[in-house]
Amino acid sequence: MQTRREMLARSAAVAALLAAAGVLPARAQAAWNKAAFDAKTIDEVIKALGVAKPVESKDINFTAPDIAENGAVVPIAVSTTLPGVKRIAFLIEKNPTTLAGVFEFSDAVETSVSTRIKMAQTSNVLAVALMGDGKVLFAQKEVKVTLGGCGG
Amino acid sequence: MSDPMRIRAQVQGSGAVVRVLMSHEMETGLRKDAAGKTVPAWHITEVTAALNGTPVLTAWWGTAIAKNPFTQFTIKGAKSGDKISISWTDNRGDKRTDEVAVA
Repeated sequence: MQTRREMLARSAAVAALLAAAGVLPARAQAAWNKAAFDAKTIDEVIKALGVAKPVESKDINFTAPDIAENGAVVPIAVSTTLPGVKRIAFLIEKNPTTLAGVFEFSDAVETSVSTRIKMAQTSNVLAVALMGDGKVLFAQKEVKVTLGGCGG
Repeated sequence: MSDPMRIRAQVQGSGAVVRVLMSHEMETGLRKDAAGKTVPAWHITEVTAALNGTPVLTAWWGTAIAKNPFTQFTIKGAKSGDKISISWTDNRGDKRTDEVAVA
């Protein structure tokens, strides 16, 4: 008869084998990254995503307003003509949780996306591009959030 | 069941510009209601876009995406009449898919 401990050890070994053999679907690895979305600082997000330290790049066109009158709806857009961009993440430095969203591009779409984010207060907003070759580039902009429209 | 998305897809140059407006509360889990109780987080976690059934774009969202989320992207080589479908899943497991033809 097997003990519970043996069973656990065995199933862990089987899972590791399956993962190593690539049997587990890639989809599972690409699921919603809770650690990254719970992270409270830019460094934590980068760590949770498991990518290299971002380097600032002028090739990423990041558009965000200078002043956002309503922090609940801040339109942002990013586009780049760099080849090999796999994913773009939006990070808001001073929000309660830093990571706003991650967009993953296939070859069939242009690497440009726009959306609307929520901001708790005036903060730097970063667009971080994760390249296919492992490089990580970013562009940032400070967005001033004025509540009630009476200056920031 | 949630309200339908509003999707517009128009040919522009060599591709199609897709604009999506979803109807969702996007609660952050930080706000308190009138009784002082925290409103639990309720937000879209995953969005996928497909062109004629082939996935072309995936997005994972946190709570910092604005209420009634809007997003815009461009699909290369999409032609008038092509079908574009957008699906989302939220953290309560609700799902919705809507489809439009490129204009």
